[in-house]
Amino acid sequence: MKLVSAIIKPFKLDEVRDALTGVGVSGLTVSEVKGFGRQKGQTEIYRGAEYLVSFLPKVKVEIVVDDAQVERAIEAIQKAAHTGKIGDGKIFVTAVEQAVRIRTGESGSNAL
Amino acid sequence: MLKAVARAGALMTLVGAGSTVARAADKPQIDTGDTAWLLVATALVLMMNIPGLSLFYAGMVRKKNVLATAVQAFAVAALVTVMWFMVGYSLAFTDGGALNGVIGSLSRAFGAGLQGSVHELAKTVPENVFLMYQATFAVITPAIIAGAFAERMKFSAMLWFMALWLLFVYVPVAHWVWGGGFLGTAGVLDFAGGLVVHLNAGIAGLVCCIVIGKRHGYGTEYMAPHNLVLTLVGTSLLWVGWFGFNAGSALSSGELAGNAMLNTHISAAVAALVWMAIEWVSRGKPSVLGILSGAVAGLGTITPAAGYVEPWAALLIGASAGAVCYWASVVLKTRLGYDDSLDVFGVHGVGGILGSILVGVFATRAINDVAKGQPIGLVDGNAGQILTQLYGVAVVGAFCAVATWVILKIVDAVVGLRVTRDEEVEGLDTALHGERVQ
Repeated sequence: MKLVSAIIKPFKLDEVRDALTGVGVSGLTVSEVKGFGRQKGQTEIYRGAEYLVSFLPKVKVEIVVDDAQVERAIEAIQKAAHTGKIGDGKIFVTAVEQAVRIRTGESGSNAL
Repeated sequence: MLKAVARAGALMTLVGAGSTVARAADKPQIDTGDTAWLLVATALVLMMNIPGLSLFYAGMVRKKNVLATAVQAFAVAALVTVMWFMVGYSLAFTDGGALNGVIGSLSRAFGAGLQGSVHELAKTVPENVFLMYQATFAVITPAIIAGAFAERMKFSAMLWFMALWLLFVYVPVAHWVWGGGFLGTAGVLDFAGGLVVHLNAGIAGLVCCIVIGKRHGYGTEYMAPHNLVLTLVGTSLLWVGWFGFNAGSALSSGELAGNAMLNTHISAAVAALVWMAIEWVSRGKPSVLGILSGAVAGLGTITPAAGYVEPWAALLIGASAGAVCYWASVVLKTRLGYDDSLDVFGVHGVGGILGSILVGVFATRAINDVAKGQPIGLVDGNAGQILTQLYGVAVVGAFCAVATWVILKIVDAVVGLRVTRDEEVEGLDTALHGERVQ
């Protein structure tokens, strides 16, 4: 099992969700996050007071999938979240040791 | 027209009544149209303060200070109303006898003698309505000041400051300009409060933010407005309420009130466009806060002139308001380095000064024949009125600056002006009021 975490542009969330369900991903977790990468930040001006906002709002999508599904999931996110402009985000993949469905006690791939 | 018919009818009755003429002439002739308009205008001006000014300011502060900021205008409305009824109105708007040049008397303290009476400035309206109308001006003027020291003053100190400032600055200045005092007698013109309200609050705001000092983290931390939708709603309420402020200051319902309303609307609109255009060209984007600020600048600047100038002049006054107040709020403030949190001086103070001077240029007997046929402003051929207006600006500005400074020093010595650094960082909502927005 692998945990796939994708930091994406907030307005791309629905497209990413649709793309993931399209490749058979049956659940995901979403958080509103802030951060910066190559996009750095943006400048806001209020009556002449300039602020460099260095942490931009992003959405973090997390899914846990079978090893066999990982490449398809990554490809789906990468396509759906892509605009070609700086700030599209990143995808990280980490190994997951165990998963348990709380309701039934099922574990491993059966819990996904 | 109807009013003229009614007056002619009243005159015929008087002539016919013979021996009762003297007594009938003493009895005030209440005009229901004038009275109805003043009743409505009073409600409009209170609406400018709560919720107008309250929201206007609340949207511009950080989220941790939104309640503490919004409640200031509300608390001031309650505090000033009680003080105005007790002594404020009387000291501002009655004849002070030998001292009338500087202050009125206590003859109307606690509402004494109001029943069956009219004030000489509004002879067709019951005096209790006039008292109420003026109360709303007394409420909003100190409430405007609160924007200058937003996000750092103690609530207790704010209440003490507002009470003292009302008694020792607003009341005398209102008397000098409107209540029969030396500035009005000298010919200084202020239709609805360019001097009494906006210059007065603006100068006081400037002194406050300098004496109290900058917010912790000013210039380095992120202090952007937390919700400009609140500010947009507040500004809109101010704009509509300003019709009561300026057109109500005609103290009658008719052509003069209509002229004041037209001028007010034109000036607000033009100033909003001018501020927007300057910002668009110089900074690349037309900001929401910029358009709103421009409208308020236009409204404040036309205030002293609304009932003295022709509508084409309102166009010029509004345009100059947009440009000059932009410069004061964006360029001057940054250059001088004071932390006038919500630009009370840049928008209200500078607008009040500008408008009060421009009255000397554009006031005309064609609109309001206050000099009984004599020329009024420069457009009538009387350049001297500009000097008279400058005299008013200098006197009110200097007195307000000194008196505000003294009041701040007294309040600082007694209760302390400023919250602790920890409280300021935590946010005034929880630190001062034990509440917060989610």
